[in-house]
Amino acid sequence: MLDSKVPAGPLAEKWSKHKFDMKLVNPANKRKFTIIVVGTGLAGASAAASLAELGYNVKTFCYQDSPRRAHSIAAQGGINAAKDYQNDGDSVFRLFYDTIKGGDYRAREANVYRLAQVSVNIIDQCVAQGVPFAREYGGLLDNRSFGGAQVSRTFYARGQTGQQLLLGAYSALNRQIQKGKVESYTRHEMLDIVKINGEAKGIITRDMVTGKIESHAGHAVLLCTGGYGNVFFLSTNAMGCNVTAAWRAHKRGAFFANPCYTQIHPTCIPVTGDHQSKLTLMSESLRNDGRVWVPKTIELSEKLRKGEIKPKDIKEDDRDYFLERKYPSFGNLVPRDVASRNAKEMVDEGRGVGKSGVAVFLDFADAINRLGKDTVEAKYGNLFDMYYQITDENPYEQPMRIYPAVHYTMGGVWVDYNLMTTVPGLYCLGEANFSDHGANRLGASALMQGLSDGYFVIPYTVGDYLAKIGNFNPVDHNNPAFEQTRKEVEDYVNKLLSLKGSKTVDDIHKKLGHIMWEYCGMARTAEGLTKAKGLIQELRKEFWSDVCVLGKNEELNMSLEKAGRVADFLELGELMVVDALERNESCGGHFRLESQTEDGEAKRDDENYAYVAAWEYKGENQPEVLHKEELVFENVKLTQRSYK
Amino acid sequence: MSGHLNLTLKIWRQKNTNDKGQFVTVQAKDIADDMSFLEMLDVVNEDLTRKGEDPIYFDHDCREGICGMCSLVINGRPHGPKYGITTCQLHMRSFHDGQTIVIEPWRAAAFPVLKDLAVDRTSFDRIQQAGGYVNINTGGAQDANNILIPKRVADEAFESATCIGCGACVAACKNASAMLFVSAKISQFALLPQGQTERYERAQAMVDQMDAEGFGNCTNTGACEAECPKGIKLTNIARMNREYFTAKFFRQEDVHA
Repeated sequence: MLDSKVPAGPLAEKWSKHKFDMKLVNPANKRKFTIIVVGTGLAGASAAASLAELGYNVKTFCYQDSPRRAHSIAAQGGINAAKDYQNDGDSVFRLFYDTIKGGDYRAREANVYRLAQVSVNIIDQCVAQGVPFAREYGGLLDNRSFGGAQVSRTFYARGQTGQQLLLGAYSALNRQIQKGKVESYTRHEMLDIVKINGEAKGIITRDMVTGKIESHAGHAVLLCTGGYGNVFFLSTNAMGCNVTAAWRAHKRGAFFANPCYTQIHPTCIPVTGDHQSKLTLMSESLRNDGRVWVPKTIELSEKLRKGEIKPKDIKEDDRDYFLERKYPSFGNLVPRDVASRNAKEMVDEGRGVGKSGVAVFLDFADAINRLGKDTVEAKYGNLFDMYYQITDENPYEQPMRIYPAVHYTMGGVWVDYNLMTTVPGLYCLGEANFSDHGANRLGASALMQGLSDGYFVIPYTVGDYLAKIGNFNPVDHNNPAFEQTRKEVEDYVNKLLSLKGSKTVDDIHKKLGHIMWEYCGMARTAEGLTKAKGLIQELRKEFWSDVCVLGKNEELNMSLEKAGRVADFLELGELMVVDALERNESCGGHFRLESQTEDGEAKRDDENYAYVAAWEYKGENQPEVLHKEELVFENVKLTQRSYK
Repeated sequence: MSGHLNLTLKIWRQKNTNDKGQFVTVQAKDIADDMSFLEMLDVVNEDLTRKGEDPIYFDHDCREGICGMCSLVINGRPHGPKYGITTCQLHMRSFHDGQTIVIEPWRAAAFPVLKDLAVDRTSFDRIQQAGGYVNINTGGAQDANNILIPKRVADEAFESATCIGCGACVAACKNASAMLFVSAKISQFALLPQGQTERYERAQAMVDQMDAEGFGNCTNTGACEAECPKGIKLTNIARMNREYFTAKFFRQEDVHA
């Protein structure tokens, strides 16, 4: 049985009690410890800066050319916090409750409550750093609404909230680099962790410019490496986002939890063709003012697709605002999983729009009439421009076409309440872990979680571990484990470089993406998942027998970079399918067609599946072993989620 | 919509920083006009890979115009022919069938070429490290609404803060000046109350680091503003100069405080 290490006591007091119970490292001793942070997004940059401020020595690693480019930068809409500045009835408990409910009761109560508690500190911290959040005329902070909530608790900086928050964390990180407390390695990719006596004591990296494969030693290792949405090939993730760091850690003993929980975001720009390299999100905030609709009849949809009529030719009575019709209380602001499934349902019925018929409308005509074009532009201008650039259609004049796309992964490396994985000394923060969003993440909660983990959780919990190991000597870099692991990585890289088949890495990646989207996307069945498992196994064989990796190690080599990442995606993809098959219920983003209510909503099976599925790696081609962490709900009542 | 283009690409190929480098001509055939520019390069790279030739290395990541990783001087213009967008947001409908497209890396002494079209921009990070922050630790912040900031000021600071650090301003400038980039951060903090305490120290430290990195001076040509994908305004540079002069002539006691 997995021990979540959730402290005893009433929910609201767990964190403060735990903070007192944890051991401290005295200031003079902190400088004797080195902490390795992999990834410099919101979680990684905030953790690295905060730990360095405390006096620890920190080394950071990122694959981009600068820490500022981590994909947190692309988050658009906002960050939640239970400030109740709007006097609309918000509270820590309400944010906790909304997040647990939004996650379809598949997250750990104590973690989510802590997240809601520290959410208020995050906003204070970011404002103090000079993050230019949107303001009211009186100079106070402005808020907007997001899906799955009936209060306005989302802080934002136009459509670039992630950018501003990341640049805030990056500035804090820069300050520590300047002070010599953080050593920053850019264009470096982590390829393995090093364990000594079962504990994480370092990592192996490849310098992507010189190809040099090196080991780095530290007293603790923090993985802040983001999600694995790119297993689908097409997603809203950046091109470089990958699962490699998390997956290699998994193969060294870190359990991987709930891999099948992926979020398909409802409002993305639809796919145009096979050449497509990524999908672009249109922020959820647009659903504050945009209305989602399709024509009432298949005939009208067909005319639209053929270009015989334009959207504005369709009369109000002939439009089906399906979210407003089906969910009168939440309307267009239902959670993401619900909005996505409904869009798919419309398309499956043949009422989709756009040339391909695989899209629905997001219409701003009413908002422009009500608020004026200038107001709409001030709120969403950059998003409208982005849409126009990509589609060549003007969203001020005609409705946007949107369709769901892979956006976020709720699953990830299993961590306990302290964010430690099943490998002692190895921690996992932000999207890379599984902890706070259950089976579906609410909008504006990813930024909150990344910064909560980095600024306000890890500085305490990692100290507790370091105080307990109580060994102030540097990690012995001469321990043979370092050279042995380094050599294994080098051999693996050489093995990849020896592949001289006929397929490109992208060929295989695209095929994997199609399999995942078809069988492990918005709707899943036992039959489809079983089939997908076989297909992925075959594809993996094809990769290792017929892919072509060009060039050598000692150069910037995109062929090699991609090959290593796709090899890991192939293994992860299979585990996702296995996990989805094992979870014979629907919950949040995991929708099994076999398990739905009469209304077609996700039907949970709390009696049999109220647990976290944590998978243990057992060796190549061995089935992974399932460990369960029972989810205990003492403060919320499990109900069928309803947004009607 | 959805026409197809055949294009001649003249692309800068350079094995590594020490290599001399040269233009190489590549044909891009049957390119759909709803592809992005980088997707066009993906197609070219897939072809090269199938032929066993080294694909063209270029920097890119988010492909939605915000991470600042993509670059490329396209037909002489950083981020290509359109205003207000990055290369990753440029689409092939901006080109015509039969066109020749010249593709180069950012060219500046402070941005050495790493390979092909990718350059080393760590000089930008070092400038930010010199002072692009407010000196506060995690944990001690007051309630966010205790700091009142007029909307006008917040909006103006935000406009400066939207710089993505791509380096197009440097690539556009005949002097390879980084002043637009540096002034954007200095302006953000000069405008906001949170930045006042170290206002003059910051301006001096960041400008000194900019000079140390080998970026050129500003001669008010305005090419940086014209090519900036985020519309960062030239007035930021004026503000930076004012901050710097004030620091140098009147506020040295603050700088060394």
